[in-house]
Amino acid sequence: MAFITASWNPLGDAFYRKTELYEMSWSLRDGLRDSLVAAAPYGGPIALLREPQRRSPSSRPQLEIYSASGGAFASFPWKSGPVVQLGWTVSDELLCIQEDGTVLIYDLFGSFKRHFSMGQEVVQSQVLEAKVFHSPYGTGIAIVTSSSRFTLATNIDDLKLRRLPEVPGLQGKPSCWVVLTQDRQTKVLLSNGPELFILDNTSCTVVCPSGLSPQDGSIVHMSVSFSYKYLALLTDTGHLWTGLSTLQEKLSEVDTKKTTVPKQMLWCRRPKSQQPSVVLMWDRLLLVVGVCNETIQYPIEDPCVLVGEMDGVRIISSSNQELLQEVPLVCQDIFKIASMAPGALLLEAHREYEKSSQKADEYLREIKEQSMLGEAVRQCVEAAGHEYDTNTQKSLMRAASFGKCFLTDFSPDQFVTTCRELRVLNAVRDSSVGLPLTHTQFKQLTLQVLIDRLVYRQFYPLAIEICRYLKIPDYQGVSRVLKHWASCKVQQKDLTDDAIARAVCVKVGDSPGVSYSDIAAKAYECGRAELAIKLLDFEARSGEQVPLLLKMKRSQLALSKAVESGDTDLVYTVVSYLKNEMNRGDFFMTLRNQPVALSLYRQFCKLQEQETLKDLYNQDDDHQELANYYVTASYREKRLEGRLSLLQSAVDEYNKAKNEFAVKATEDEMRLLRFQRKLDDEKGAGLLGLSLQVTMETLLSLGLHKQAEQLYKDFRVPDKRYWWLKLKSLAEKEEWDELEKFSKSKKSPIGYLAFVEVCIKCNNKYEAKKYVSKVTPEQKVKAHLAVGDLEGAADAAIERRNEAEMGAVLSRCSPSNSLVIERLNRARAAIAKNFDSIHTQAPHLDRRTSCCCPFTIKASVCSIAGVIL
Amino acid sequence: MAAHLSYGRVNLNILREAARKELREFLDKCAGSKAIVWDEYLTGPFGLIAQYSLLKEHEVEKMFTLKHGRLPPADVKNIIFFVRPRLELMDIIADNITSEDRHHSSRDFHILFVPRRSMLCEQRLKEQGVLGSFINIDEYILDLIPYDGDLLSMEYESAFRECYLENDQTSLYHTAKGLMTLQALYGTIPQIYGKGECARLVANMMLRMKREFAGSQNQILPVFDTLLLLDRNVDLLTPLATQLTYEGLIDEIYGINNGYVKLPPEKFAQKKQGEGSKDLPTEPKKLQLNSAEELYAEIRDKNFNAVGAALSKKAKIISAAFEERHNAKTVGEIKQFVSQLPHMQAARSSLANHTSIAELIKDITSAYIIPLNHLSSHVSASEAFFDNLTVEQEFMTGVDTDKVNTYIEDCIAQKDPLIKILRLVCMQSVCNNGLKHKVMDYYKREILQTYGYEHILTLNNLEKAGLLKPQTGSRNNYPTIRKTLKLWMEDANEQNPNDISYVYSGYSPLSIRLTQILARPGWRSIEEVLKMLPGPHFEERQQLPSGLHKKRQQGENRTTLVFFLGGVTYAEIAALRFLSQVEDSGMEYVIATTKLVNGTTWIKSLMDRPESQTQ
Repeated sequence: MAFITASWNPLGDAFYRKTELYEMSWSLRDGLRDSLVAAAPYGGPIALLREPQRRSPSSRPQLEIYSASGGAFASFPWKSGPVVQLGWTVSDELLCIQEDGTVLIYDLFGSFKRHFSMGQEVVQSQVLEAKVFHSPYGTGIAIVTSSSRFTLATNIDDLKLRRLPEVPGLQGKPSCWVVLTQDRQTKVLLSNGPELFILDNTSCTVVCPSGLSPQDGSIVHMSVSFSYKYLALLTDTGHLWTGLSTLQEKLSEVDTKKTTVPKQMLWCRRPKSQQPSVVLMWDRLLLVVGVCNETIQYPIEDPCVLVGEMDGVRIISSSNQELLQEVPLVCQDIFKIASMAPGALLLEAHREYEKSSQKADEYLREIKEQSMLGEAVRQCVEAAGHEYDTNTQKSLMRAASFGKCFLTDFSPDQFVTTCRELRVLNAVRDSSVGLPLTHTQFKQLTLQVLIDRLVYRQFYPLAIEICRYLKIPDYQGVSRVLKHWASCKVQQKDLTDDAIARAVCVKVGDSPGVSYSDIAAKAYECGRAELAIKLLDFEARSGEQVPLLLKMKRSQLALSKAVESGDTDLVYTVVSYLKNEMNRGDFFMTLRNQPVALSLYRQFCKLQEQETLKDLYNQDDDHQELANYYVTASYREKRLEGRLSLLQSAVDEYNKAKNEFAVKATEDEMRLLRFQRKLDDEKGAGLLGLSLQVTMETLLSLGLHKQAEQLYKDFRVPDKRYWWLKLKSLAEKEEWDELEKFSKSKKSPIGYLAFVEVCIKCNNKYEAKKYVSKVTPEQKVKAHLAVGDLEGAADAAIERRNEAEMGAVLSRCSPSNSLVIERLNRARAAIAKNFDSIHTQAPHLDRRTSCCCPFTIKASVCSIAGVIL
Repeated sequence: MAAHLSYGRVNLNILREAARKELREFLDKCAGSKAIVWDEYLTGPFGLIAQYSLLKEHEVEKMFTLKHGRLPPADVKNIIFFVRPRLELMDIIADNITSEDRHHSSRDFHILFVPRRSMLCEQRLKEQGVLGSFINIDEYILDLIPYDGDLLSMEYESAFRECYLENDQTSLYHTAKGLMTLQALYGTIPQIYGKGECARLVANMMLRMKREFAGSQNQILPVFDTLLLLDRNVDLLTPLATQLTYEGLIDEIYGINNGYVKLPPEKFAQKKQGEGSKDLPTEPKKLQLNSAEELYAEIRDKNFNAVGAALSKKAKIISAAFEERHNAKTVGEIKQFVSQLPHMQAARSSLANHTSIAELIKDITSAYIIPLNHLSSHVSASEAFFDNLTVEQEFMTGVDTDKVNTYIEDCIAQKDPLIKILRLVCMQSVCNNGLKHKVMDYYKREILQTYGYEHILTLNNLEKAGLLKPQTGSRNNYPTIRKTLKLWMEDANEQNPNDISYVYSGYSPLSIRLTQILARPGWRSIEEVLKMLPGPHFEERQQLPSGLHKKRQQGENRTTLVFFLGGVTYAEIAALRFLSQVEDSGMEYVIATTKLVNGTTWIKSLMDRPESQTQ
């Protein structure tokens, strides 16, 4: 603790420190010499390919994959072509870029995943150099070939190769180059001799960094910062230019006085850097060059690899790993010798307090006097986040906690969050896990991604522990981990299907958001169809199971799952798939076992394949529907014979369905159609297709009474309906004599009020009156009213002693009918005395009059109109 | 613009806004100017979500109706098809695209399926060789459309037909999906009740979907306490009866479509002084009907008999308000009067409109002759209306339901509209728990002889749906149901209703009685009757995440979402609104349905009518 500043080196007004992260747990026979090494940022994995140029089949180079702490993940002999470059994707996949432009992708454990090519052109002209870069679009690859052409792919998961324009005068590879991402465009910056070019999609432009004079020599090394914002250029005269990556602004120019080209050169910055620097590494020397012109020199004993991070540089050697970074300002404030910053005082106060010294009070007082206690707590919490050593973290957090006691209204959020996050970070930093993330990196990476990375490394229990500890919703946390675990589990070859299915089910259970069908798909991919089916059984979402089941050719099962899901579109999809896959008989049999699917298919056929519909009904012996089908089809027939023969088929089917009514009705229809055709031919009556009623109507209006009569008898038309028909027809044609004759032909089944009203409707009051006397007593009043005979109506009403009828007559009276009104009123008064007895005699009528009320809307509506307008 | 959606107990505007947001996002996906080609059926429902102005803001410059042949010329970058996932529509789209001039045109095609993408349709487009022509293929999940402050409709016309005639559960799947969307916005509904086969299926799908999406569930305090799923086939009677509320009658007589009604123009002629009535408008008058209109909200659910009084009262209030101007003396007073003018003028024109509508309806409904015998039904429209109603009420009270009804017989003889006949015959069948063989065959024969043999298919459909059925051995249980559920109230008070029976002037809709009894005292009290009605009844509970359990305030009402599978009538809605307003009910209702129906549209959806091609 006391020596915390011992490892600090001043650079300008800031300090740099080297913190040891790990003693590497690997044992490399030959160190890092003669190896291609790729180490991913954010404490990512390390890949090593020994002697990549060795090509004899007897001794193949060995590809090894380690965690950042040197824990072995995989090791296998490299059997493919010569590798130019190794690199890591954002999702911890290893990219091996071969000389012939093929890129092979492996997972952390060395299993081959897929490959792709960087283009045809490369095959003839080898890849000279390649770079893997990361941008918001994902992981990209850039190559330069022996024909001096560059090809770019900005996202290997959505491969689009872009061949960049030719660089004038370039032979072989450039002396150095980097990939830049600017303004959503990916470009290449390269130097060739004294010239510097920018290559984008369409053009190659010569550029000149602001403030770099030609006397400084040609550029031999360049490096772009983690954020692509800053650029460092090193010339052959040892001049180091730093500036913006747009080349438009210079930050500094330092003469390193070294003319040999360094092995690696990287930016070393941190967010809110006070003193950014560039780190250069030679065989025996590490040089930190600040933009302030000052430098720090570290000797190197072993060959090392530098890994750029967003807040520093990791230095990996065969024996250990260190983090070189600018000391965060808050840590400087606290730990700088003789610092009087509030955080420093609080830390001191707490230290005294632990010693039970009253000095604690003095320190506290001092902070409180400046009202800086809140700031002090914040500083301690923040600094704890930046410290790697757990003891330092603890003492800072304890100090913060101590300080907090003297504050009211201080939000504990930051304190609590930092505690939790530190606990997680310490867990993943542990050498056995090997993710040396700083707090800053962790924040940038996000927890989601951290969990993913743990999952890639198969640290399932730890990942789940973290999810639970940080209370991440299951859907984003535990479930995701379980899903990965299960997908990995199904690949375990030494376990039986049953054992795996059981294990998966026990662990995953019905954790929300875990898709069993995804797991099953994985199992199927690995050639374990039986296991896949077992797993699919656990899938709650029936719909999800269907595509996989179809792929596995379990169509029957797919169909029943589709039906279960209720998603009819899915059912249709499976049905149409089955239809193509199976022979017709099997297809129909399958459908028969799935009524829902069958009805949907019927629907489909109704619209699309009428013929198939018939076959379906036939197969099911559904005679009723088959008959209906024939009926429908009959209407589509152009010729009558066709129509009749289809109707005959309908009759047969209705017969089989024992639907006597329909048989009769259909036979009648056939009879009618024949009759109509005959008359159409004879008289051109235009009857075909009309209903029986309309046919008779037409016949009557054409004066074909005999034919109408014939139909009436043949088709047993009810008397009532026929009488109505004939009555109206005769009245409309004003054949009054005929009408009278008809009325006397026998007792009218529809009464005689109908005659009165129809005549009135045809404006013949004279004829109407003829029938008033024949009307039954109950209808008398109405008949009289219809012909406008108020007196007659009144007589009838009074005779019947019916108050309601009297009212009706009254309502039709105008003041000129005073005589009638008087009579009626008198009669009503007489009845009123006996009202009760009538009421009981005619309950039925009374109920109806009560329903009448709702519709006698009061005059109010009409009067409103007046008010408004 | 849609403020009336947010006045209710549940702010349905949230749903509308969610739908609008999704629409905007899709439109923005297709950069540049665009033309929309509409599946005509969708324009009505979409009108409830977004006006043309929204589309215009997102560079929609032209709109066409989907039809065969070449697309009309339009100088736009994008052509977007808004369609339902139906195969026949895919064929039209394919036709459109193949007849497009390839050399000349460089237009981008997009397709938006409403409410859901369909693999089957995409397959069809692929077969037609045009699938590759589409830049975007997307779905616009529009299941439940906010129709009014307390009303959601899927506007899915064929739902009942599909479920009961074709055994096709597509609509149920959409319903369940729609309810999931609703729960995503308004919280998990803790209690689900249901009655009927389809209700059971929907509940099952919902529970399954909930399991599937478990973990992703939102942390929203539930707005709805209960969901009641009701199958239309549990209550076949109600839609057959003529609705007697104001809104119900407008729908029965003129038909309300997507919240709009078209009325005969004569009564709405602008009377200007000196002009007389020379040129009457010939275009039907189109009016939007919803609770945004204060007066309409007030009278829509009243029995029509009470509407006159309400209108006249309103007229007096408005005239009084206009009279105020004479009292306005000071500048301040006049200013205040003027500031109220727009509101008052709107109220006045609203009153004028509804007075006209009421008069139109009155001409049809009010009987000025006391009926003595229904034989003379053809004399006037109002008499016909009255006689029809009388017969309906006879059936509902169980009078002579086992015999051939002479009124129906006469209506057939007069060739009254077939649907009217079918409504009555079905009603008689439902109220008699099936018709005697002889009676049914008689009706059927009469119908076929009068309206044509082709209706044998429709009759077959009605039988399949259970609307028309032969009496089986079992006893007619309708009287028991009627008595237990008090479906007939002898003394329905139409002016100041005290029971839901006012909406049909005596008949209490069965569906609403079930809802009412569920709230209090609970279905256990009517187990016997529930068993007589078709389909299972059930109760399910959905687990709420801890911390979301509602702490009910003293006197706070519970909210129930009643979902009518297969359609609901305006009168039923009125009855539910009445229940919401009853002071001590402690329950408020929000209504959802597959489609707003009346007897006519409902029966129409069940009809099949082949066109003869015989020459």
